[in-house]
Amino acid sequence: MARIQSDTLKELLKRALSTRSDEMGCETCYEKLDHFVELELEGKDAAQALPMIKRHLELCSGCTEEYKALLTAIKQFETDNPQS
Amino acid sequence: MKTSLAERTNADWLQALRADPSSEALEDLRAILLRGLRASLASRIDGDLETLTEDFAQDALLKILKNLDTFRGESRFTTWAQKIAIHIALSELRRRRWRDVPLQSFTQNAEGEELTPILLTDPLPQPDRAAAQNDLLRTVEELIFEELTERQRTAMLAILQDGLPLQVIAERMDTNPNALYKLLHDARQRLKQRMEEKTGLSAQELMSLFEAG
Repeated sequence: MARIQSDTLKELLKRALSTRSDEMGCETCYEKLDHFVELELEGKDAAQALPMIKRHLELCSGCTEEYKALLTAIKQFETDNPQS
Repeated sequence: MKTSLAERTNADWLQALRADPSSEALEDLRAILLRGLRASLASRIDGDLETLTEDFAQDALLKILKNLDTFRGESRFTTWAQKIAIHIALSELRRRRWRDVPLQSFTQNAEGEELTPILLTDPLPQPDRAAAQNDLLRTVEELIFEELTERQRTAMLAILQDGLPLQVIAERMDTNPNALYKLLHDARQRLKQRMEEKTGLSAQELMSLFEAG
């Protein structure tokens, strides 16, 4: 049986206290992720346009990993295919 | 005349892939997926990057062709397609990376002592603030065992303490990430409500007390 570390308790408390009733799940985040990444690469404020995604990414390491990987992949595409 | 990749519109992509799945468009898309996967996975894979990315790209192409009707046009077609490829690749890599890490059961640290009520005065002297924060942590620990289900507790602590991704835990628990996110959201909401009830303070007051020190 494992013990709960105090850092874990602190993080859990912060997450619990900042819980909102209208949070977005992984599925919806995934649906909108391509749009979110493009807004960001266009220099627009993606977090302001799609704040629920930003909130979800703060809480979900798996979706954050996919978001960062997609950013890298799209940057590669734009390097390979510069818009004239 | 050949259309460059950047010039091909979403409609061009859809039309070409629907008309002939073995077309030049498919090979162009495969090349885009491969370049994207290599760029995004290079730092995550120790072994044979080429073989893995080719397998992931092939799986992604099949899925993309099968799901063309679900593309909603909110981004470039190639961005949508790359999202699918990344999801397939990272899902598999996560599975492999965390394969040998078990989900743990947790036990409570201390014997349940009477919890000291937290009184908010502003500003609290540092020693009092530290004591109040300690009380908060003890309270939340109590609530984790009193208020959460075994599944909620196990998943929450696997994420926060062991760093397991939610997607991996969902597979282990025979559920999907969306349902698990909902389960964890319910758990956080329950803890927030009970913290407010037990202390008589709002979430905002509790947060400021906690963050100040």
